[in-house]
Amino acid sequence: MKTTTAITRRTAMAGAAATLVAPAVVKAQGQTLKIGSLLPRSGFFAQAGQSMHRGVLAAPELLKDLGYNVEIIHIDTESNADVARTQAERAINDGCHVLTGAFDSGHTLAIAQVTEQRQVPFVVNVAAAPQITEQGYKFLVRNFQTGGQLVTNGLRLIKDVMDAKSIKFEKAVFLHANDTFGTAQRNAMDAIWPRVALPIELVEKIAYDPRAQDLSVEVTKIRSINPDLVMCVTRASDAIKMVRDMVRQRFQPKAIISPGSPGFYDEEFYQALGPLADFVLFGLPWANPKANMTQAFERAFVKANPNNRFAVDSFNAGFAFEGMLIAADAFKRAGTTNGPQLMEAVKATNLADHVMIGGPITFDAKGQNPNIGSALVQNLRRVPTVVLPKDVAVAEPVLPFPAWQGRS
Amino acid sequence: MNPFATLARLVDEAPRRALLLLAALVAVLLVAPVALDRYLLSVFFLIFWFATVGQAWNIMMGFCGQLSLGHALYVGLGGYVGALLWVKFGISPAIAIVPAMLVAMAFGAVIGWLGFRFGIEGVYFALLTIAFAEVARIGFDNWSFVGGAAGFFIPVSAAASPVNLRGGPMLFYYVALAMMIIAFILCAALRRSRLGHAWLAVREDAEAARALGIDVFRAKMAAVVISAAMTAVAGVVYGFYQNNLFPSQTFDIARSIEMILAPIIGGLGTLFGPILGAFILTPLGQILIALVEKIAGRAIPGVNLVFYGAALMVIIWFTPNGVWPWLKKKLGIPEGRE
Amino acid sequence: MLWSLYANVLVQGVLTGLVYGLMALGLSVIFGVVRVVNFAHGEFAVVGMYAAFVLFRSFGIDPFLSMLPIAAAFFVIGYGLQRTLINPFVSRPEHEQFILLVGLAIIMVNGTLMIFGPDARSANLPYSFDSWEIGTIIVDKVRVYAAIAALAVAALLFAFFRFTATGVAIRACADNLVGAAVVGLDVKKLYALTFGLGLACVGAAGALMVTLTDATPMIAPAFTLLAFTIVIIGGMGSMTGAIVGGLLIGIAEAMASVLIAPSMKTMASFGLLVLVLALRPQGLLGRRA
Repeated sequence: MKTTTAITRRTAMAGAAATLVAPAVVKAQGQTLKIGSLLPRSGFFAQAGQSMHRGVLAAPELLKDLGYNVEIIHIDTESNADVARTQAERAINDGCHVLTGAFDSGHTLAIAQVTEQRQVPFVVNVAAAPQITEQGYKFLVRNFQTGGQLVTNGLRLIKDVMDAKSIKFEKAVFLHANDTFGTAQRNAMDAIWPRVALPIELVEKIAYDPRAQDLSVEVTKIRSINPDLVMCVTRASDAIKMVRDMVRQRFQPKAIISPGSPGFYDEEFYQALGPLADFVLFGLPWANPKANMTQAFERAFVKANPNNRFAVDSFNAGFAFEGMLIAADAFKRAGTTNGPQLMEAVKATNLADHVMIGGPITFDAKGQNPNIGSALVQNLRRVPTVVLPKDVAVAEPVLPFPAWQGRS
Repeated sequence: MNPFATLARLVDEAPRRALLLLAALVAVLLVAPVALDRYLLSVFFLIFWFATVGQAWNIMMGFCGQLSLGHALYVGLGGYVGALLWVKFGISPAIAIVPAMLVAMAFGAVIGWLGFRFGIEGVYFALLTIAFAEVARIGFDNWSFVGGAAGFFIPVSAAASPVNLRGGPMLFYYVALAMMIIAFILCAALRRSRLGHAWLAVREDAEAARALGIDVFRAKMAAVVISAAMTAVAGVVYGFYQNNLFPSQTFDIARSIEMILAPIIGGLGTLFGPILGAFILTPLGQILIALVEKIAGRAIPGVNLVFYGAALMVIIWFTPNGVWPWLKKKLGIPEGRE
Repeated sequence: MLWSLYANVLVQGVLTGLVYGLMALGLSVIFGVVRVVNFAHGEFAVVGMYAAFVLFRSFGIDPFLSMLPIAAAFFVIGYGLQRTLINPFVSRPEHEQFILLVGLAIIMVNGTLMIFGPDARSANLPYSFDSWEIGTIIVDKVRVYAAIAALAVAALLFAFFRFTATGVAIRACADNLVGAAVVGLDVKKLYALTFGLGLACVGAAGALMVTLTDATPMIAPAFTLLAFTIVIIGGMGSMTGAIVGGLLIGIAEAMASVLIAPSMKTMASFGLLVLVLALRPQGLLGRRA
């Protein structure tokens, strides 16, 4: 109790002092933008949170080279909405002018309430729930696809790869984790699948418990249906379980394609499965291997994270970096850290040069970036490699899958 | 029983010193927001909230001796009922707390009936409560009417409306503070009541209580149902605080465990225990985060939580009955009174 | 076709259930004698998984072999833990034990996160992906090995409690604490031995688990809950009960996945739990306290 009141008084006085000398403060800090990066680096989402964090670590150097001056405060949300919310408040207290985050949609919304009330711009880097940009937040933009866009683009890429390789799939099964993200994808799938009219019969949609210890029964069920295409939305290490059980049960589909989900490109997937990790396909927004900014970012990434491969982190790290870039660029144009003015600048973003595939980064009236493209990525020799669309591809897609046995 | 008479009796019976202390504390908390920034307001919201649900849980475990490890169930039910009624039918949460309480009470009654009718006790009963919370989690995950695992969202509106729990941290500070105070008074009254004495008798020795003519089954059922109702009210407030509900987070067993730490650390079965526990643990968590940042210069994921776990072990090691009984001795408040 | 699906699923359920059973056995043994519910149980299993992972990755030791030294190390840890940390809490109420062990669990989860990071780790044995095809039934090699190993460890433990003097003494402690003390048994030491044995089971089960699934710091609470459920179904303190409970949960979850929906499968185990408790509040093979 004693410490609490002590902090209270001090913070209150500091607050009062800050209000008195506010114009001076703005001017003094006018040189650097303080960005609070909120990510779930421990707890349930730690794997993804730390992957994104590696992108954040690489950001300052590259931003400096690009002429932006930023200071980044790293905050762990502990995969807990309460922590996300209180830490967002604290970050703004500590002088953060912009917040970025937060991977999980629930945490993102918890932070959004804080930034909205305090009029501090919030750049969402990963979080797919459509509701985030439907709530009417004025201080939030999202540089990520919604669940619906992910699926729409993912399915279009499936069609493209079928045309490109003139391959036909007859029966498909859709397997998804029954969690926040997986269910959002399932809902999008329900809505979009009939409209895209792919010449494939979608035999069954299977939801699995994300807390299950293995997927052997699910795979047995899929095997009994015997589809030649398995579409899946997994969560991180579930992807390992799925492939492992497919191999053990000698189930050999023509292709496994994810219309947008994590799991297949994480380092743990390659470590656990070795050659069996190869040839899986996934349609996702991805770092554009042919963009200058991406190549520069890769160099900064390798320098900041010598023990990690850029290729496997490029999705998470790429979006984490772009969040910083958007904030830094807006700050440069606005020339102030004042929340509403900075937000005006964020909304007016028009960045042609950036990391991820797609047109320039801009935001519509709701704060959504409509120009994010998707690529079809395939694991080739344990490296996620862009194979479609043609203009950004660096390899040919390999379809149908080579047999599980005899790979190296 | 006349509530005012009970209240008057409570005030009458309490030692002067404790009453003064209490009045001073309430007065400080009432005016505190003047000096608090938004971060601290949000921390205090959590303190009050955990104190409230801790108080509710304490009725079951502290007063009546029934271990529940699934109280997130009632938080979730309250949250979902409140949010559903508001979003789908425009019913104010001020009214929705009634159906929220009723739904939670119904679930509590089913669990209680199953447990107490079939003689399920101790850790067996605890697992039964976990089972219901988990079943609810999976059920809500698969129930598309409430959004399933994709979550249920309360639209955010700019217009403040305290009755409808629409507003900033100041509003929630006072709502949670009121909740905590009401829960405290209610528990104090309950403990002095006949039911309260029956609970204590059941907790100490159910067989002896039965011999004294106490309807053990009814006493236990009352504890579960009242506890569930109180928790559900806190659930409604929490749902409107976060504006979204995800089954995997709302009904999570980790949530249930988080909720019961404060009352045990503070002092099981005491009235101040849950409040004191929340005032210790929530700030502790926050301070550890800030401390690691200060010392290491940045957040190192996991470190603060390791210390948090260690702190739990140390506190329970040195103050076996919780911090409040220990503090009470230090403050010179006589045994058996609060 | 349908029948072969059911048969496949049933076999998987049985094999997985046996490993679950071994994991739960440790919890049950400790509770049966020391009367402490180890709420950090799953965390110990995960540490066992990481131990087996490290031994495999660094020295190439097959987890089916390394489970023996891991079990031995866990025995020592358990013995020491009971002597220092747990013993003062043996006579204290359940909720105080709970806080102590929850604190320990939080430390272990975040400690493993700091040491190993959040990525899933698994042991890639040369035969990890092999399976046998018997008629229309396909069984994984590792799953069969793990089940056999689990049975072997359980059998050893049974034999210990039945045929050795120490084992009989521990059982005497569990049956009648005062009587055991009166006839001069060193209860403290026997408790420490029991805690050690319980943890040895968990360590061995962890080593087996890492051949079946991946270790991450965050799965620990799920393991604790799983073991807890199994033990309650089988009857707290009953060793056979733990194995039977494991089997039942394995089969129930597997069958529920095909008959109802995979996303509802844990609901089946909780349904089973409620049913068992209503019919037999002390668990299937438990004794009334």
